[in-house]
Amino acid sequence: MTRALRLVRRRLLTAIPVLLIVIVGAFGLLELSPGDAVDAYLASSGGGDAQMIAELRQAWGLDQSATARLLAYLAALAHGDLGWSVSLDRPIRDVVMERLPNTLLLMGAATALSFGLGSALGIVAGARPGSFRDRFLSIGSLALYAVPGFWLGLVLVIVLSISLRWLPLAGIETIASGKHGLARALDVAQHLALPVASLGMIYLALYLRLMRAGMAEVWRQDFIRAAAARGLPRRRIVLAHVARNALLPPITMLGLQSASMLGGSVVIESVFAIPGLGRLASEAVAARDTPLLLGIVLVSAVVVILANLLVDIAYALLDPRVGSNEPAS
Amino acid sequence: MPDFTFSRRSLLKTTAALLASTALPSAVFAAEAKAGGRLVVAADSEPKNLNPAIVASNGVFFISSKVVEPLAEASYEGENGLAPRLATSWEGSADGLSVTFKLREGVTWHDGKPFTSADVAFSALNVWKPLQNLGRVVFKDLEAVETPDDHTAVFKFSKPTPFQLIRNALPPLTSVVPKHVFENGKIEENPANTALVGTGPYKFAEHKSGEYYRLEKNPSYWAKDRPYLDEIIYRVLPDRASAAGALEAEEIHLAAFSAVPLADLDRISKEPGIVVISKGYEALTYQLVVEINHRRKELADLRVRQAIAHAIDKDFVVKTVFLGYAAASTGPVPKNDKQFYTADVEQYPFDKAKAEALLDEAGYRKGSDGKRFSLKLLPAPYFNETKQFGDYLRQALAAVGIDAELVNNDAAAHMKAVYTDHAFDIAVGPPVYRGDPQISTTILVQGGIPDGVPFSNQGGYDSKKLDDIIAKASEEIDEAKRTELYKEFQKEVAAELPLINVAEWGFITVARDSVKNVSNNPRWAVSNWADTWVDA
Repeated sequence: MTRALRLVRRRLLTAIPVLLIVIVGAFGLLELSPGDAVDAYLASSGGGDAQMIAELRQAWGLDQSATARLLAYLAALAHGDLGWSVSLDRPIRDVVMERLPNTLLLMGAATALSFGLGSALGIVAGARPGSFRDRFLSIGSLALYAVPGFWLGLVLVIVLSISLRWLPLAGIETIASGKHGLARALDVAQHLALPVASLGMIYLALYLRLMRAGMAEVWRQDFIRAAAARGLPRRRIVLAHVARNALLPPITMLGLQSASMLGGSVVIESVFAIPGLGRLASEAVAARDTPLLLGIVLVSAVVVILANLLVDIAYALLDPRVGSNEPAS
Repeated sequence: MPDFTFSRRSLLKTTAALLASTALPSAVFAAEAKAGGRLVVAADSEPKNLNPAIVASNGVFFISSKVVEPLAEASYEGENGLAPRLATSWEGSADGLSVTFKLREGVTWHDGKPFTSADVAFSALNVWKPLQNLGRVVFKDLEAVETPDDHTAVFKFSKPTPFQLIRNALPPLTSVVPKHVFENGKIEENPANTALVGTGPYKFAEHKSGEYYRLEKNPSYWAKDRPYLDEIIYRVLPDRASAAGALEAEEIHLAAFSAVPLADLDRISKEPGIVVISKGYEALTYQLVVEINHRRKELADLRVRQAIAHAIDKDFVVKTVFLGYAAASTGPVPKNDKQFYTADVEQYPFDKAKAEALLDEAGYRKGSDGKRFSLKLLPAPYFNETKQFGDYLRQALAAVGIDAELVNNDAAAHMKAVYTDHAFDIAVGPPVYRGDPQISTTILVQGGIPDGVPFSNQGGYDSKKLDDIIAKASEEIDEAKRTELYKEFQKEVAAELPLINVAEWGFITVARDSVKNVSNNPRWAVSNWADTWVDA
């Protein structure tokens, strides 16, 4: 069995207890917060009388104990049933599957932007550590990193959407536009430009600095001097030797960041009115819709686990040492 | 004009300009109104049940009122403040046991079936009375609805029910739904609770969760040449800052219910092409109220409650918290209610010295740390203004030696803490006044309400005298006498202070000036918008 495959199997096996812990933890946290789904519903609908409220609690299963509800949820989940959302009155699987692509698109594009541009700029900065270019990029990226994501989003909106009207202000696509195919893809891309920029720009600095620091380290290694002594062109030394060897830390970060990207998307999706999972999660908490929140948390956890798996595979491909010491089976 | 007084000159200018335009008879406008086009408005919530016959709340009405119509709508000019919709006339019997509605002829449902008195009878007996949050109170004694012909419905009550109450309840409580759609199966689970079927000027077209609602023109609407618009889009904008930006970027035409925060109004009113309108919410007045837990021995003492009332500078609250877009309250009925309001009640002018004297007299002298006693203060989180008033109240109480600890909760937690667990000493609440004290105001002070009923008296206040007035008024069929009883009710509440009314406010609409016929009735945001048009 190849190293990569062994890695995949081991990761998937450890994922099951991780998911279970995540579910029970999220359930417990929401259970601890005061008020239930009926309280939240009444706050939004203007109230009702005692009998109606008691009937609602019964209909929504809230008259049962927390343990009974958790066990019922886990039993249904074992059958692949994510349950019913009382705050939306829809099956949770439908809602989550409807929102997931938007969040993945936002996260994926933002990750690609921050990783791609960040590492590229990191290579530029790390090609000559200590140069003017290096200092300019390092300080500039640090300044960007210090900016909160929602603030950057709001500033971009004011300048690019309200004052200049170059880009749409909110939403995932033009409402009821009837666009199809390429025109629609272009429309979505336009709508996502600002949210992706505000989510991606923040993390860009992280990759830039990791890349640059890694490269500064590699420059001091003997094999680089040897490569230079052999008369390799500088460009080739920078890209094929220094940068490639410095690439592992940014890739590690890629896996770690997938979780915080999901967290950041809660805010960005609200600011830009994008119908994604992050915004749905905050709405589920406000509505005390436990099964909905658990569904979102579960799917997010799977996304993070898969992202880390991909990172591990990339790792194994880039670095021959990874996974080679595992017992063969 | 509402009775609100505003301090801002810019606002006066815009309202004056608006009055000049909307005061013109609608016939003048009809001549030049342009048909067609799409109106895009901001929405901040997506109610899970959109059926206004079941959920009588403004969040639901905002969307559903264009699709499902009530028997009558609120009006500035109409008799008793009403304009006919699905009913053309209404008459109460002298004994208070029946009300006769003449229904509009030639009305069809959006699916093509004719609208008849059977739909009204079904809605009243099977939906409003058993299922609707407010209808359960107003129609509790409704026994039968007789339908002598297709266009007459006679409501029969088992106990005398004031006609005045029924009349005042017509706009918010009587949305008529089609019998043929709802008669089979459980009404609460009917798909038409979200994919609405009504008689209104717009048909429900689609809802894209998290993005928008789309309504489209009903070409066979009963009013000739209405509606003007082809489409209404409700765009879901969850972030409060985005409505103002979307208006400026012309991505939306209109934001109602103060979706643009008060603090932004001054700035946005200076933008060309944008108007700020404070009219059109008179029948949806919200009240800023200090709810009191009378189980605390300090607060059970009337002198302490009077002291708190004297410690609050209502004018400061109106000017600072509401930036002038509100009015100071005198009691449980807002000033803009011409039927019931009386100013002849106990007043509590801002007077720190008097407040301190009353507290001393009650035996709560200042300790060595300058504090008399501590209270837990829970401001409701539903509006910026209730939270800000909570901050103010804490300071106002500190100034007279009462130490208030602020507890900030989200909506669900606040509901449970105040209305179920009674885990508060004082709370700040924003009850809605719905045009008649009996609909949702008297339960704020009435005794004997079970625990867990939201927006009701959960402070443990129980006064036989007040309960008697409330009970008598709820059965009094003579209008003058009933009105008199509610004036007595206001006096008693102001004198006994089961709660403290601080201010009352309507919302603000911000719109592009291309949108015409905005705010031309007292429930405009939740009315049918049949005459609204866009000057493209």
